[in-house]
Formats: sequence, structure tokens, C-alpha cells
Amino acid sequence: MPTTANAAPALADVTTSDSTLRRFLHGLPGVDAVGLEARAASLGTRSIKTTAKAYAIDLAISMVDLTTLEGADTPGKVRALGAKAVHPDPTDRTTPATAAVCVYPDMVATAKEAVAGSAVKVASVATAFPAGRAPLGVKLADVREAVAAGADEIDMVIDRGAFLAGRYLKVYEEIRAVKEASGAARLKVIFETGELSTYDNIRRASWLGMLAGADFIKTSTGKVAVNATPANTLLMLEAVRDFRAQTGIQVGVKPAGGIRTSKDAIKFLVLVNETVGEDWLDNHWFRFGASSLLNDLLMQRQKLATGRYSGPDYVTVD
Amino acid sequence: MSDKTEKTERLSVFKTYKLYVGGKFPRSESGRVYEVTDSKGKWLANAPQSSRKDARDAVVAARKAFGGWAGATAYLRGQILYRVAEMLEGRRDQFVREVADAEGLSKSKAALQVDAAIDRWVWYAGWTDKIAQVVGGGNPVAGPFFNLSTPEPTGVVAVLAPQESSFLGLVSVIAPVIATGNTAVVIASEQSPLPALSLGEVLATSDLPGGVVNVLSGRTAEIAAPLAAHQDVNAIDLTGADEVLAKELEIAAADNLKRVVRPQAVDYFGPPGIERLTAFLETKTVWHPTGSLGASGSSY
Amino acid sequence: MASPKASAFEYAPAPESRSVVDIAPSYGLFIDGEFTEAADGRVFKSISPSTEEVLSEVAQAGEADVDRAVRAARKAFEKWSALPGSERAKYLFRIARIVQERSRELAVLETLDNGKPIKETRDADLPLVAAHFFYYAGWADKLDHAGFGPSPKPLGVAGQVIPWNFPLLMLAWKIAPALATGNTVVLKPAETTPLSALFFADICRQAGLPRGVVNVLPGYGDTGAAVVAHPDVNKVAFTGSTAVGKEIARTVAGTRKKLTLELGGKGANIVFDDAPVDQAVEGIVTGIFFNQGQVCCAGSRLLVQESIHDELLDSLKRRLSTLRLGDPLDKNTDIGAINSAEQLARITALAEQGEAEGAERWSPACELPSSGYWFAPTLFTNVTQAHTIARDEIFGPVLSVLTFRTPEEAVAKANNTQYGLSAGIWTEKGSRILAVANKLRAGVVWSNTFNKFDPTSPFGGYKESGFGREGGRHGLEAYLDVR
Repeated sequence: MPTTANAAPALADVTTSDSTLRRFLHGLPGVDAVGLEARAASLGTRSIKTTAKAYAIDLAISMVDLTTLEGADTPGKVRALGAKAVHPDPTDRTTPATAAVCVYPDMVATAKEAVAGSAVKVASVATAFPAGRAPLGVKLADVREAVAAGADEIDMVIDRGAFLAGRYLKVYEEIRAVKEASGAARLKVIFETGELSTYDNIRRASWLGMLAGADFIKTSTGKVAVNATPANTLLMLEAVRDFRAQTGIQVGVKPAGGIRTSKDAIKFLVLVNETVGEDWLDNHWFRFGASSLLNDLLMQRQKLATGRYSGPDYVTVD
Repeated sequence: MSDKTEKTERLSVFKTYKLYVGGKFPRSESGRVYEVTDSKGKWLANAPQSSRKDARDAVVAARKAFGGWAGATAYLRGQILYRVAEMLEGRRDQFVREVADAEGLSKSKAALQVDAAIDRWVWYAGWTDKIAQVVGGGNPVAGPFFNLSTPEPTGVVAVLAPQESSFLGLVSVIAPVIATGNTAVVIASEQSPLPALSLGEVLATSDLPGGVVNVLSGRTAEIAAPLAAHQDVNAIDLTGADEVLAKELEIAAADNLKRVVRPQAVDYFGPPGIERLTAFLETKTVWHPTGSLGASGSSY
Repeated sequence: MASPKASAFEYAPAPESRSVVDIAPSYGLFIDGEFTEAADGRVFKSISPSTEEVLSEVAQAGEADVDRAVRAARKAFEKWSALPGSERAKYLFRIARIVQERSRELAVLETLDNGKPIKETRDADLPLVAAHFFYYAGWADKLDHAGFGPSPKPLGVAGQVIPWNFPLLMLAWKIAPALATGNTVVLKPAETTPLSALFFADICRQAGLPRGVVNVLPGYGDTGAAVVAHPDVNKVAFTGSTAVGKEIARTVAGTRKKLTLELGGKGANIVFDDAPVDQAVEGIVTGIFFNQGQVCCAGSRLLVQESIHDELLDSLKRRLSTLRLGDPLDKNTDIGAINSAEQLARITALAEQGEAEGAERWSPACELPSSGYWFAPTLFTNVTQAHTIARDEIFGPVLSVLTFRTPEEAVAKANNTQYGLSAGIWTEKGSRILAVANKLRAGVVWSNTFNKFDPTSPFGGYKESGFGREGGRHGLEAYLDVR
């Protein structure tokens, strides 16, 4: 496949060959793991109370990509999920809708119907999610089907094997191809950070994804042992911040998997607030890939409204 | 003049005792000398009477030598110090004579002093590459850090050699200073400077870089005052000072917070311990992050 | 900062409750196990630097009180030093545990009296205080194995004078090793921060520590001078300014008092062009803004490789704009108050001199509270080695930025100071870390990190930053009769 110009004209020369791309990615500043984790932990000690907490909870709800990615998914399950995304708390209509529902490609049409008439988007995982181990043609067909079924957003996985083998241009070309196949749908690029293993790799993958035209960079599939962490999300936030400073292009960030409590979600919002600031404090630029998180946010929201602690019986199980 | 060949005693060749500074043997820049006598008052030699300026020059030489000597491997410093002991052994008889004269000792008593001094030098030669293991090491800090403490030489050390023990005492205060990588400006015993000046000749032929040890003779109080006040001297050993002078010098030394070793009664034949080694060491502690190898959450 | 820009995500105030600490309207001296008034009845006020509120009135020790305290300590020494080490250890373990139990109270107290953020007293000062007592408690019955010969002996009465920047932590650094080795203590806390030491006296009471083993004498410099000069003191330990340290060294000259000094610094934080930039920025911030820069080992000189100067400064400025200055009791406060009006005046004067000498001054937009002592985080660029702000210890939140071109130049500039306490190195190249660390004349070197402390890690300076080490096995030596 001929190399196509990358998404950032300011960095046009870095993707002209495997070696220029490798030199560029390996020339990015290194990451000291201890320092990165210490910074993430330190931001985790911020104390978010009262009005700030109410604001953060609503913001977090509005950023959820409400997700079901099970082999056992059925149209019924997806319809229920869609309803919940539109009205997360049926007892309180002031509760914001989630950003999107996130499903497998074959459920896109069902999901579309379920959220019809609302602002909730439908995101589809694609490219042989979660392993990504399929021929390129199959992956692209996966994407095209999802887009044809009405997906507003495509969550692709990168080829971690190629990345770890140092074949960065192959990964880059594949993202380019998926981007093209996605058409108007916004493209989220999943790195599966738990498999990339090192923070240096996560920074390189972030730049690689952004150069290839990612609209969002996303930590993980939720299907491996370690998914979103404050540290890897902080690192990706630094990457989108630096990328915008260098190219003028803003890219979103989506931590996914493992974020289950309001407390966790608020910590991530603090990371956003203090790393990239309010330009990213919006569900166009920041998402949570999660399922059980939403109910905890709703219970906390009820607690703030009523002063009482809520319980699982007072939120819906969908 | 008679034809008769008279059996005359051969007239010996005197040695002109000179300072040892920067690896060279200068006279005092002041041109002064003072008379050195044996314990019975018999003239032995004229020794240079060092001035403030000689002290200053010696500090410059010691500072210049510091980087190289401190930076030399501990093994090499040990080799050189051992070489000093070898050279001392070769000049044993000379030192026995000088010590006997200086301290009014019999040849056999003086020999005990010299032998102990040579052995002492060997003892310190062996310390160069061990002291770091004894006083340094890893510290088990509570966090993802590798933390290591290492001793480093303090810098330029002014040494007031003991007044009484002109050779064993002298060696016992010089060797520990340089073994760890410091450089020294030594003020020899005022009354008995000759063994110290001869030691300079030994050091000069022992592969010891010039300036590592500098030996000054003269009036202790006169030379010590500028050294104690000198801002480029890092430490001072007051062994050769009396109580009044020691206090004065310690006060002067506070100006740049020199490390001070106060005078104390020492039996130089006794086991020396490592206190004189550690007195002129700084501890440097370096922290390095360790952390996990990866971001995958694994604990290694 | 104090009033953040009208951001959507504005943190609501999150103040730590003051009710956990009960400050009495007045405190006495703590001598021989009892609180007593000063012989001459003098008192002084301790105020909260963030509000200028008077917290308490404290007895001010004079010479007669010093004498009484030293006698009490001397009397206690006989039994204390004769106790089996394992018994002394248990007292110290008790103290460590009580500090842990009361750590929230002590953190709030320290924040009130010192002005530093609760985040720091809670997460740094107090945990380190407890850890220090735990660490030295364990040494008390193991001194035979510490490398100072068999049965090393204590010195006697230790006179200890501590500063205001880490009041309780400096107390722990002084008292824990002194007691573990069998010495007794007369401690003089700083005049602006006497309260936590007096609370510590109460902890000694709770722990059942024998009378006279620890005596606390609040007061000013003259009280400290009297402690240092007292003829029956065997050991002097001081942490504070280099000028006072030199005065103390002169005072003890000609005596047999053993002396350790932990003094000023002008630490160089060296950032190479291959540094992990985001972590370096954090390290620079920690290095100079931790405790409002009132830290002897602060990284107050940033030495940045010229090739990344602009980029790094941009990142640094962006980061400084997110620092939150204000109520020290607010859990989200990053920058608290300056400890005293006097210190604020000194910082202000030095910063003005920096400007007058042509350095370029920058601070983030920052509104300072109307009462109390405050100084905005400040950095100076275009600074050279010749500038006063690159040479003198400012002891405040002021960073001087200098550049270098080669590692040799970085080392030369870092070492070009009369101080030698701390330094930082930021590079991803391992061999460069080791080579540069080797050449730096500083007692503590942090590579790819900064301002980390641990009771096992010896701390102390080269050159005019003082002598002796605190912490670790090394820290025992200062209190043992081994030289």
C-alpha cells in the first residue's frame, strides 16, 4: 500500500518510511515510570466536594460510552442499554444522557434504533475486536459494515503484534486504512496499553495513532488484565496536549475498562482538568469506556441530591 | 701542604632540606630557614621556615591534585600507597637515624618507630578499596528507589602533624587522609621536621602524583593560621596544635565550615581504628527510581 | 491559583477540620517531665502565618531555664543510658505508634503553625516523623552491630536546635537517634513554630518516657545560643542557616562538644536534553515549590540544557499555572503561606534584587490572600552564575533558571557554590546519571526524582552545607562517642 500523507501536515516527513517513523517515535521524550505514577497518584489525592463533585458526576455521566461487548449480547440487551443511555436515571430527568453506547458491529442497527431521537451516539468496536488478529480485508469489511449500519464512531484495535515487532509503519498504514473506511464516523484507536507493556511504548503508540488520524486515542479493550489506569491515561493526556501544541490538531482520549466507581471517574477528570484543561472537559474530547461505572455515578448523584446514601435497588440494572 | 697522606675522616655531604610542594622541592619563598637541633641541642640542619605564601602555594598545589587523586581508582591509590611503603623500607636506615636524632631515641627504639610507621603505611594502603564497602552501601528506602550511599573524599586537608612523634605520628596522620582520595598540606613537627621533609623525598619517588601531599616546615602557628582561615581548604587536623592554638584555629576554620579533628592524646603504637579515615570522608547518597518494568501492572 | 480562572471544573473548598486539634491558650517549657513557666516569666506568641491569627502564648526559655533543663537531662542521662537498648527501643516504638495515632491532629497543628499545606503535613511530614522513630527504635538494641565498635557509648546531653521549615520532622531527625543511642535531649524549637514540639512533649508523657530524657525549650536565637554554649552539653546538633551554623562552630571551638550541622543549600537541578520531560517538570516543581521552597535541599537553581530551554520553560510555566495557592488547610492547596513576615521580607528583597540585576521575572496569574504571608511561585530566566539569586539561598518559592551546553559545563556550574547539599539529574541515559552524580559535590543526589526522604537514607551536606549525616546507620555516629 502506498504511504499516504499523515494527519498532521506539520509532521509530514515523519511517516515517509519505516525508518523515519521509527526515528521519530524513538526520539520522543522518555517516560520515567516512577515519576509518572507518582504524579498520577498525587492528582488522585485531590478532594472534590459539594458543587465540584456534583459538576464532576454529571460531566462523568455525559462522558460514558455505555458498553456491552459480550458474546451473549442480544437485541434485547442492547435495546435496554440504549434506553439507559438516553435516560440513565428514570426517576430524575435532569440526569444527563451518556455520550454513546458501544456495541459489536452486528448490534449497531439495534443500538441506533434504541437511541433514535436522542443525542446519544452509537459506537462500534471493529477490526476483529478485541484481538485484532484478522486479515486487513476482514478488518476493513468489519468497519464498513458498522459504518453502513449507522455507527457514529468506530473503536478499532491496533495490531499490537506488529507494534511490538517494531513494524510501526504497518500499524500506521492500517490505522490510515481504517480511518478511510470509517468515512464520517469518528475513529477511536485502541492501543491495548496492557499489552504494550511500557510507558515509552504507550507514548509512541499515542503519537503513531494521532499521526495516522485518530480522533480519539483509547487505552484498552477491557478484555485484558490491566486496562485504564490513572498513569497510562495521564500519559495519553500529555500526548494529546503535546500533539495539539505541535500540530494544532486536538485529539480525544478514552480510558476504558476498570473504571467502576465515581471516585475513580472523578480522579480521571482531575487528570484531564490539570493536564489538558477545560478544552478537553467535554464528551466530544473525553470519554469513559465503562458499564458498571454508570450506576455508581447515579447512586452518588442521588446521594448528593437527597443527602442519603443510595443503594443498588434504586438504580436500574441494565 | 705535606706529601704525607694523612688518614682524615671523610667530610660528609650535608643534605639541604627543602619543602615538598606540588611534587617539587622548593625553598621557602621567604628565603628563611631555622636551625633544627637534636634533642641535646646539636645542630642537625637548617630547615625552611615557611611563610603564609608557602602555605597558600601548597593549597593551590593540593587543590590542583585533588581531582585526579580523588578520581583515581581505589586500587591504584592502594598500589601507590604500597609503593610508598616499599620506598620507606629502602630508606629505613636513614629514617631510623633521623628519628633517633629528632626524638633522642636509641637506634633500636627509633627502629621500632620506623618499622611501625612503615607497617602503618601498608595497613592504610590496604584500606583504599575497602573503606567504601565498610561505610557505604545500599539503603532500603520505602519506595520504588535504588538508594546508595558512597563515601567521597572531603577535599584539601590541612594536617598539623604531631609535634612529638616526628615520624610514626606523622605517617599516622598523613596516610589516612590520602588513602581515601584527599590531598594534604602537612605542617611538620616544628622542632623535628627532618623526617617529614625526608618523607617528601620518598613520596616524590613513589608514583604519588605531585601535590597530593605537600610538606611545610616552620613555625606551626604561623603556617597553620592561614591554612585554618583558607576558604579553599576543606578540613583541618589539629593534632599538632596546643590547646590555645587549637581553639584559635577551630574558630578560624568555622568561616567555611571546615571539618575539624581536634587534638587528642594518641598512642601511635596502638591500633589506629578507622576514625582518621572517616574523619575526612563525605557521604553522598544517590537516589534512582526503579519502578516497574512495564505499564501492564505486573509487579516486576 | 487562589481564584482559579472561571474554569468549568472549579474545585470547591475542601478544608481539613480544625476540630481534631485542641490548642491551649498558653504553653510552658517542658523540663524534667513537667510544663513550667520561664524563670523570668517571659512569653511569646505563636501565630498562624496564613491568617496572622495568634494560636497560643508560649513560655520563652532564658539562660536559667536552659541550665535547669540541662541539669534535668544530665540527671536523666545516668539511668537512660544504662537502660538495656531493648528497653529504650520500646519507648521509641511507643512514641512512633502514638505519633501515628495522633498524626491527623499533628498534621493540622503543623499546618496551622507553619503555614504549609495539609497535603504535605499529612502525606510527607507526619508519615516521615513516625517512620523515623520506628527506624531508630530498632537501632537502640543493635548498636554493637552498627559498625562503630563493640558497645559504643552515648555522649551525654545533646543540645539540639531545629528550624521552622519542618518543625516536627526535624525534631524527629534529632531526637530519635539521640534517644536510641542513649543520650538525653534539650531541644530548642524555632520561635515561629514551637507548638508541635510541645505536643511532642505530651506524646513523651503518654509514652511514659522517664522525666528529663526529653526537654523542650521554646525561644529565640538567644535561647538556642545558651543551649549550645552550656558547659554541660556534650553534643550540639543544629539545623538552620549557614550563618548561624558558623557561629555555633565558633562557640564550640576548643571544647569537647561533638558537633553536627545541617545548613543551607543552593541545589542545582540539572535537566539534560534527553530527560523524561514531563517527569522532569514535576521534579522541578517538587524541587522548588515543595514547602514553598523553604527547604534547605531545594532545587533552587534549574540548570537546563540550552537545546531544550524554551520547550522546557513553556512546559514549566504551563504547569505552574495549575498550582493552587491558598488556605493551607484546604486539601487541594499546593502552595501554602510563607512562615513569617521576616522570611517573606527576605524572599521579597532577594527577588527584587534579581530583577534589579537584570534577570527576567515570571509568575503565574495568582491572587494572594489579603492576610497572612504569601509569595507567588516565581521563576527567573536569563540568570547567570554571577546573579545574587543564583548564589544566595533564598529559602522561598523562587527558581533561578540557568543554561548549560555540555555535561562538563553543567557539573562545573552545579558545583560552583559554597554549598553542597543537594542536586538533581534528569536524563534517560544511565551512564550519564552515574557519571554526573559522581562529579557533583553534594550530599544528596536525586536522579530522575527530587526531594525524596527516608529514615534509612543519610542526609547532609558537603562544604558550607554543614557536616555529619542524619538518617540511616550514618546518623548514629553523631550521637556516639566514636571519634
